Amino acid sequence: MAAKGTVVIDKERCKGCGVCIVACPKSVLALAKNVNGKGYNYSEATIDECIGCASCAMVCPDGVITVYKAK
Amino acid sequence: MFNQDIVKPENLVYKRTDVLTDNVMHYCPGCGHGTTHRIIAEVIEEMGIQDKAICVAPVGCSVLAYNYFEVDSLGAAHGRAPALATAIQRLNPDHHVFTYQGDGDLAAIGTAETIHACNRGENIVIIFINNGIYGMTGGQMAPTTLIGMKTATTPYGRNVELNGYPLQITELLAQLPGTYFVTRQSVHTAAAVRKTKKAVRQAFENQKNKKGTSFVEVVSNCNSGWKMPAPKANEWMVENMFAKYPIGDIKVDGELVQK
Repeated sequence: MAAKGTVVIDKERCKGCGVCIVACPKSVLALAKNVNGKGYNYSEATIDECIGCASCAMVCPDGVITVYKAK
Repeated sequence: MFNQDIVKPENLVYKRTDVLTDNVMHYCPGCGHGTTHRIIAEVIEEMGIQDKAICVAPVGCSVLAYNYFEVDSLGAAHGRAPALATAIQRLNPDHHVFTYQGDGDLAAIGTAETIHACNRGENIVIIFINNGIYGMTGGQMAPTTLIGMKTATTPYGRNVELNGYPLQITELLAQLPGTYFVTRQSVHTAAAVRKTKKAVRQAFENQKNKKGTSFVEVVSNCNSGWKMPAPKANEWMVENMFAKYPIGDIKVDGELVQK
């Protein structure tokens, strides 16, 4: 099934806490193997299953996630 | 995986509010402070009170809160935020004054100021972050530390004979006639965040209607102080903190709903 939503993560601001990964109902998010400028393994979308529920953005302490959902 | 076709302004579901500044928060990864900051900023944006909101920052981890809110802010002496907020609110009765305090600030050194401000029924909003530990100074025991919980100053666990009992200051404040709305929430899941946002919104609405003190406790994690990764700290919080600090409204519209 084609994705209905997508997340845009500001990876330079992400601290890699992993709270969004637990919150995602579709297990879309995971920590990247690469690190950002601060040395954190930032969070990234790994599969195309996002439903645009914004659960990840709701729990993100640093507000780095922007969520879009196709109408 | 990134679906560029969906990234259009009309498809936007959620973005960071403009009431928060662009500064990167200094909080540890996964700390509930950031989430709570965002909730308050979103409520200020929704209510359109950005030019009338005044933040009183405490001493503790959130001492630099004024760097993150795009509203007027003041820093209070340790624990004295409700006293300062009292003065600001009395001089600016049409403004929305809120304090943002941790458990070391509100429940330890500032107990007197908090209790008296609530007892006078000052028309302020108090946001209280309870993580059961002094986070900024290195994880020492706070009044809200659970029995048996290991901290830097109680390495064998909090002992009742030596250290006394955890202080449920929110239940204590609900007994005072001056408080109008007292609630305890958390920010560990998306559902909890939405409930907390509703509670903060209710608190600011009460202030607009000049009802008295509104007090929102947010049970939060302190993954650095508890020495756990953030998702595990949230699990630990659900298992242990919620037993002593149950989530829910305690006083609504001036009436106790929990005895």
